[in-house]
Amino acid sequence: MWKRNTSYNMTIREKITAWEPAAEWSAEGDGMLTVPVETFHDLAVRLKREGFDFLRSLTGMDWGEGRFGAVYHIESTATGENIVLRVFTPAPDKCGLPSVGDVWKGALLNEREAYDYFGIQFLNHPDMRRLYLRDDWVGHPLRKDYDPALNPLRMNNEVSQDSTPHFELMPDGSLIRKREVIFDEGEYVINVGPQHPATHGVLRFRVSLEGEIIRKLDVHCGYIHRGIEKMCESLTYPQTLALTDRLDYLGASQNRHALCMCIEKGLGLEVSRRVQYIRTIMDELQRIDSHLLFFSCLCMDMGALTAFFYGFRDREKVLDILEQTTGGRLIQNYNVIGGVQADIHPDFVRRVKEFIAYMRPTLREYHEIFTGNVIARQRLVGTGVLTREDAISFGATGGTGRASGWACDVRKRHPYAMYGEVDFDEVLFTEGDCYARYMVRMREIEQSLRIIEQLIDNIPEGEYRTKTKPVIRIPEGTYYSAVEGSRGEFGVFIESRGDKSPYRMKFRSTGLPLVSCLETIARGAKIADLIAIGGTLDYVVPDIDR
Amino acid sequence: MKYEDFIDNEYLEKMAEQLREGGTNVVLGCLDDLINWGRSNSLWPLTFATSCCGIEFMAVGAARYDFARFGFEVTRASPRQADFIMVAGTITHKMAPVLKRLYDQMADPKYVIAVGGCAISGGPFKKSYHVVNGVDTILPVDVYIPGCPPRPEAMLYGLMQLQRKVRLERFFGGVNKQIGKKEYEELMRRDLTAEKIDLNVETEHKL
Repeated sequence: MWKRNTSYNMTIREKITAWEPAAEWSAEGDGMLTVPVETFHDLAVRLKREGFDFLRSLTGMDWGEGRFGAVYHIESTATGENIVLRVFTPAPDKCGLPSVGDVWKGALLNEREAYDYFGIQFLNHPDMRRLYLRDDWVGHPLRKDYDPALNPLRMNNEVSQDSTPHFELMPDGSLIRKREVIFDEGEYVINVGPQHPATHGVLRFRVSLEGEIIRKLDVHCGYIHRGIEKMCESLTYPQTLALTDRLDYLGASQNRHALCMCIEKGLGLEVSRRVQYIRTIMDELQRIDSHLLFFSCLCMDMGALTAFFYGFRDREKVLDILEQTTGGRLIQNYNVIGGVQADIHPDFVRRVKEFIAYMRPTLREYHEIFTGNVIARQRLVGTGVLTREDAISFGATGGTGRASGWACDVRKRHPYAMYGEVDFDEVLFTEGDCYARYMVRMREIEQSLRIIEQLIDNIPEGEYRTKTKPVIRIPEGTYYSAVEGSRGEFGVFIESRGDKSPYRMKFRSTGLPLVSCLETIARGAKIADLIAIGGTLDYVVPDIDR
Repeated sequence: MKYEDFIDNEYLEKMAEQLREGGTNVVLGCLDDLINWGRSNSLWPLTFATSCCGIEFMAVGAARYDFARFGFEVTRASPRQADFIMVAGTITHKMAPVLKRLYDQMADPKYVIAVGGCAISGGPFKKSYHVVNGVDTILPVDVYIPGCPPRPEAMLYGLMQLQRKVRLERFFGGVNKQIGKKEYEELMRRDLTAEKIDLNVETEHKL
């Protein structure tokens, strides 16, 4: 996988070097191109025209000595080519980068995140508010010289601003600050969350209504922003593993798998086939667990409380299997660098098979109780449509993207673990409405069962854990690994300087793109549909906020 | 109140005996016990969760663990109708004032359960710049349930500890009015004119 990517990079790399002779290639780790900031926006437009329409990840950076910038991971959905670009801010004291939000819409929230973390101002970005932290927060926490004493706990309530600053570059090179209005005085704005049962956590929207119709939607994140990325910078690599489980707790196993893969890639460590089998099976069990919870919660939001109990009843069966082997129900802490924590339980194979035999007919029961229901269909079919172009532009991967017809499954795009060798279908729908998003996940349970079935009898003998050095140091460079989490591409970006802890660790959230496309989906819909839309997007809030 | 503490037990018992002879069924007891029996068996939680522990909280409410057996099933979305709040998950700096406000909106008597490492002490995120190290720094906590996340059994045990606590309380003149009369009146008046004080908003923005 790794070699193939490099060879692909050659072609687009050459193209970029031809357009932009000043671009520099640095080969450490995954390798990346450093491009000049002055022409970066033009380059982005050009790349988009070349088919690079999917911005996988945008990472703000502080390289020390006042050098700030961002790293962009871009993929072409047509060819699968990848390129990593790096841009520095023009001068140490000036923190301005051109916004690429007009090229890839998914960049908009990511740029706000980078502004929040590092104070990098993005020029021509329409909305330069903080994304996670309070408006009265002092300083930018991910800067290397940040002093936590500046921000004691403030207990006064926050006032939501109705306008937002935005920066424009003048021809003479100076910046001017403008204000953009979010909500007019005359608009009828209602607040949803952060304490609201249908937001699935502590997410907050401000919705401008015209009668029942949503005209504008403003997302407020950060109510569960735990600062995991900053914490990772002072932890050793094995210590960072524990935090990934708590990001998207319904994809605990997959998240940790991604981080282990990324570190193993940096170390050049091969894990045994037994480990690959176990990890794949665990990931799929986790996916079933997550999709069952999705089904339960969506049904509960739609008023079908019986279905909620059905889903949870069967979810417990998965958790039992996970617990027997890993010791954890929800958060397993199972994957470690070089393998897994412990060998599978002697009963594991038998119980998984029993579960598969039980789950197939039960799914039919689900369809009888909820899928065919008239009320459910009326609320789901045709509401909240996301087009394929928007899904790609926002980077809304996972079930949401596949419901819009975008084949975005990382298991197929960049096969890892055993996914290259098993036979399964990527579930695709084209409608892009709530019903399609719901059906994708229900069908994916079947596919997950199919994957497990192919692997469970053939788990090879071998070591369940490769011995690693007591102190793990990754060679200098940048590394990016992604897995298909329960709700989309979960990526880990590590910049290492050869120390025992990462210089920068970024998690590509699966939920942030889903939240950023929410406004596009919800605009024009009824306020009651917002619940169905939110439910079928299936975001997990701690994963958005990190 | 204990049986021995009643001053005129004899007189009451005699009266009860007379009534029973006349065919009337009488049970003597303490009204506090009756009220607390009722209160402890229908504690209504607020549907509040911020992260992982919230999923386990949902599991406690669902088919296998089923906290309806103990009277907790009426989860309320509005703090005004809830008896206690399960602080399930990490509380961040941005969330802390919101949580305080939710607590303030709940009617007395009210209880707080801190669920999981994060709510107890900050847990694995203790060193983060944006995490409150223990919810007891902002709210009075009645029961702590450790774990990361706690198992549903642990949550049920913690909930039953809260029931025990409720049963031992004196309701009249005790938990129904936890504050003096003067304070109470002041609070009522403030509720009517709740504007700036309750909104807890700093009028000037400090940057």
